[in-house]
Amino acid sequence: MRKVLLYITILTTGLIFIGRLFYLQIVDTSLAIRSQDNAIKVVYDYPQRGYIYDRTGELMVSNQPSYDVMVIPRNLKPFDTTEFCNILNLTREDLEKKLDKARIYSPMLPSVVIPQLTKSEYAILQEKMRKYEGFYIQKRSLRDYQVNHSANVLGYIAEVNQKIVNENPYYISGDLIGRAGVESQYEELLRGVKGVKHIQKDRFNRDIGPYKEGIYDTLPEKGKDITISIDSDLQGYGTKLMENKRGGIVALDPQSGEILALISAPTYDPAMLVGRSRSRNYWELYSDSIAKPLYDRGLLAEYPPGSPFKTLNALIGLQEGVVDTDDSFSCNHGYTYGRGRKLGCHAHKSPLSMIPGIAQSCNAYFANVYRRIIEKYPSPQEGMDTWNMHLKSFGLGQFMGNDLSTGRPGKIPDSDYYNRIYDYPTYKWYASATLSNAIGQGEVLMTPIQLANMTATIGNKGWYYTPHILKEIDGQPIKEEKFTKKNYTTIDAKHFDPVVEGMHEVYKSGTASTLRIPGIEIAGKTGTAENFAKIDGKRVQLTDHSIFVAFAPVDNPKIAIAVFVENGYWGSRYAGRMASLMIEKYLKGTITRTDMEEWILSHSLQDEYAKPVSGEPFRINQ
Amino acid sequence: MSNSNAGFDWISIFIYLALITFGWANIYSASLGSSTGDFLDLSQPYGKQALFIGLSIFLIVIVLSIEAKFYQRFSSVIYIISLLSLVGLFVFGKTISGATSWYSFGSFGVQPSEFAKFATALALAKYLSDIQTNIRKLSHQVKAFIIIAIPAILIVPQPDPGSALVYAAFFFPLYREGLSGFYLVTGLSAVAVFILTLVVGPIWVSVGVLAIGLIMFFRKRKKRPGRVLITLFAIISIGLSFSVNYIFENVFEQRHRDRFNIVLGKEVDSRGIGYNTNQSEIAIGSGGWLGKGWTEGTQTKGHFVPEQHTDYIFSTVGEEWGFLGSSIVVLLFVALLLRLLILAERQRNQFYRVYGYSVIGILFIHFLVNIGMVIGIFPTVGIPLPFFSYGGSGLWGFTILLFIFIKLDSDRLSY
Repeated sequence: MRKVLLYITILTTGLIFIGRLFYLQIVDTSLAIRSQDNAIKVVYDYPQRGYIYDRTGELMVSNQPSYDVMVIPRNLKPFDTTEFCNILNLTREDLEKKLDKARIYSPMLPSVVIPQLTKSEYAILQEKMRKYEGFYIQKRSLRDYQVNHSANVLGYIAEVNQKIVNENPYYISGDLIGRAGVESQYEELLRGVKGVKHIQKDRFNRDIGPYKEGIYDTLPEKGKDITISIDSDLQGYGTKLMENKRGGIVALDPQSGEILALISAPTYDPAMLVGRSRSRNYWELYSDSIAKPLYDRGLLAEYPPGSPFKTLNALIGLQEGVVDTDDSFSCNHGYTYGRGRKLGCHAHKSPLSMIPGIAQSCNAYFANVYRRIIEKYPSPQEGMDTWNMHLKSFGLGQFMGNDLSTGRPGKIPDSDYYNRIYDYPTYKWYASATLSNAIGQGEVLMTPIQLANMTATIGNKGWYYTPHILKEIDGQPIKEEKFTKKNYTTIDAKHFDPVVEGMHEVYKSGTASTLRIPGIEIAGKTGTAENFAKIDGKRVQLTDHSIFVAFAPVDNPKIAIAVFVENGYWGSRYAGRMASLMIEKYLKGTITRTDMEEWILSHSLQDEYAKPVSGEPFRINQ
Repeated sequence: MSNSNAGFDWISIFIYLALITFGWANIYSASLGSSTGDFLDLSQPYGKQALFIGLSIFLIVIVLSIEAKFYQRFSSVIYIISLLSLVGLFVFGKTISGATSWYSFGSFGVQPSEFAKFATALALAKYLSDIQTNIRKLSHQVKAFIIIAIPAILIVPQPDPGSALVYAAFFFPLYREGLSGFYLVTGLSAVAVFILTLVVGPIWVSVGVLAIGLIMFFRKRKKRPGRVLITLFAIISIGLSFSVNYIFENVFEQRHRDRFNIVLGKEVDSRGIGYNTNQSEIAIGSGGWLGKGWTEGTQTKGHFVPEQHTDYIFSTVGEEWGFLGSSIVVLLFVALLLRLLILAERQRNQFYRVYGYSVIGILFIHFLVNIGMVIGIFPTVGIPLPFFSYGGSGLWGFTILLFIFIKLDSDRLSY
């Protein structure tokens, strides 16, 4: 025993020590983390966010410096509090409270005392700053909007939330990130890459030089300036036309797929989401569940396309060989089918062949064409899927693969869809059951950008570039194959001529003949879409949506446009006028039809939008 | 001399050199700061330590050249000189950071308490190996205790209670030479009562003591000590428990209480008194399996651990060399201690054996208390880690202590 005691004691001690070391160094990982926290300070160097220019080189978004007054409580020396408070418009109690809060957070680390000084506050304070030891001014960069429109296009930047921090290791709490619009879609281009410095701290929290001679440090990479395809003037003009209405305008350059204008109404000034009142303003916009200013109608709203859709049925009819341009169909105020059901139509000459059929937007004509397409095949299923296949080639019923931060696929039904609805094969269904598709009502849904793209495709006679908004990065045109490769439709080019002719006729003699613009040959198509809402539990038909699509000039289209005005009544009333004005604005730069402009600017649909609440009757089919 | 010399124990010497070298590397890292890093820069601790190590080699040569019998013969003289040097501190001592433990020679200081350890070991060995000494006799026990207690008592008021605590190390040679196990049981019981009182309070300790006492009391006669003894033990334990509680609450100062409470986990105070230990644990914990690499420790560079090149040098090992490096250091100490134990046991001369046991005891207490403190399982007691911590006197004291024994061991065949 006497000889063994010391052996045992020494070995036991050794074992306990190694066990404790194992616990400290291997098991308890929290210590390792704490060491990183207090010995190494990570400092980020944020590069300037890239500017955003429009297609003409006009600056839309730049940056503005913003100044925060910071304090390091430990470094505070007695100062003239009265003067300090006067400059910053603070009460003494406020200041005391803020300083106490900073002290509680940390006596050694900086805290914000006053965020985002006004320019005048900054000017005065900066001169006197040397008198206030312990305080300093930290410069930050905020967005500075040069335009008061395009909020839906540009998006905004905001501090990252916890979810983003968890998912993306690049961001740390307090970083800014693009939310919505171009800011979000091209976040990585615009933000650049922040630089990182690791600084070794000592126990008094003083910097004692770079950690490991800076081998982990990186330099910031400047954000890239981008040019977007939006025409700022056109966008601003469209926004003005849309005032007091709800809806969307999408204008494309058919020859490049570039988005010239993307307007959603109602909208807001992008500057509202910058600065001290950002969160209050955002909350107001967010909570407006009736007008939904944050909802981008140009991209997200799925409406029944109405009559413009007829042009596609005409094309499919020609491609499938079920109709000839000379084939005429009679119309007796509509098309009677099935057991005495009728697809109504307005009064016009009868019978009509294709070109006047498009110009007069004859429902009966397209009902016949549609039936022939579906009934060409042994079963309606095959007919429906053929029809669907052609429409898909126009980019409909699916996400377009554009470079916008949001979107909807719309809807083009296929045989599966109807089999499900009608419980096939227990019950059978035929072309007549889906006849609303002939005139773009029924089950068909499209977003305004899909309408615009469809129009561009017709203007191009059979192909389109995927719509996109990015034009140049740091002055270099984009080369992405997705946006520089033509998408061809399944319709042969030759079949487009009569349809284009029909659409041209719409302006010359048809439903949009009052909207002609001197010197510009426009091809267009009006649309009127029925819509319904539940009011007090009852399904009520609301005033029709006003729809218009057009491209111009007819021979060499430079702009294709889709306008959608909610509850704007018939197609040419609001949407048609706006489309004509937009085309003139873009092609000529000036407005000659000032009477038309005046009419649009002076007419508001706010009363119409209040009807579900005010109880006034809707004007339907008056 | 020629045929009695069995040669020096190279295993011990090798471990000693390994510890010294590795210790210096860590002192270099811990005190590098923003200095030039020139190994011999005498304005920096690592430069001075390099000098101290050089002088140690010189001391080793001297210690090993002197005849082994000299240490036995002159042990009393060495002991008395050592005591005088401790007494002299009260008159000539220089006060550095609150402790009057130093004689000052220009920019270098000498700490006599570091040399008193081997002197006391020699004196105790001399006394116990005296043919007339019988450690089982109470009067001889008292004499042995006095030899140990005088230097300890002289050191306490410097104040340096940590170094005084080291003298508990002499329990090991005493026990080896026949001191009754009763002291061990009593001592350990007292420590157990002390700690348990602080953790659970005197009431529960009393309940426990009574329970154990009753079980002992009614066991068969053969298997238990006398009933009077059991009763006495129980009464004293309970009394001790209450007085410990009283002393702890009323006599101790708050800082003493804090030290115990933190180790016992009753209090978490990472900014105040527990700061050292907390920082030390963070540094060690951040080392992981392999550490951050030599001179790459962020805690070490930031000087987060106070006294890191002296008492807390082991935290540098933990941070920069990780679990692997710190375990190796622990194993080197264990290996050295066990090796010395083997050497001590093979001595036929009682003086040699007692001295060997004293060396082991002293090194062991330093190892136990220092590393225990640095890794947070022992209260904060400021004593250095032998061969590792910065400091000339300490290094020389330990070197002399160890090498006298190596010299004695080489002479074992003359008996």
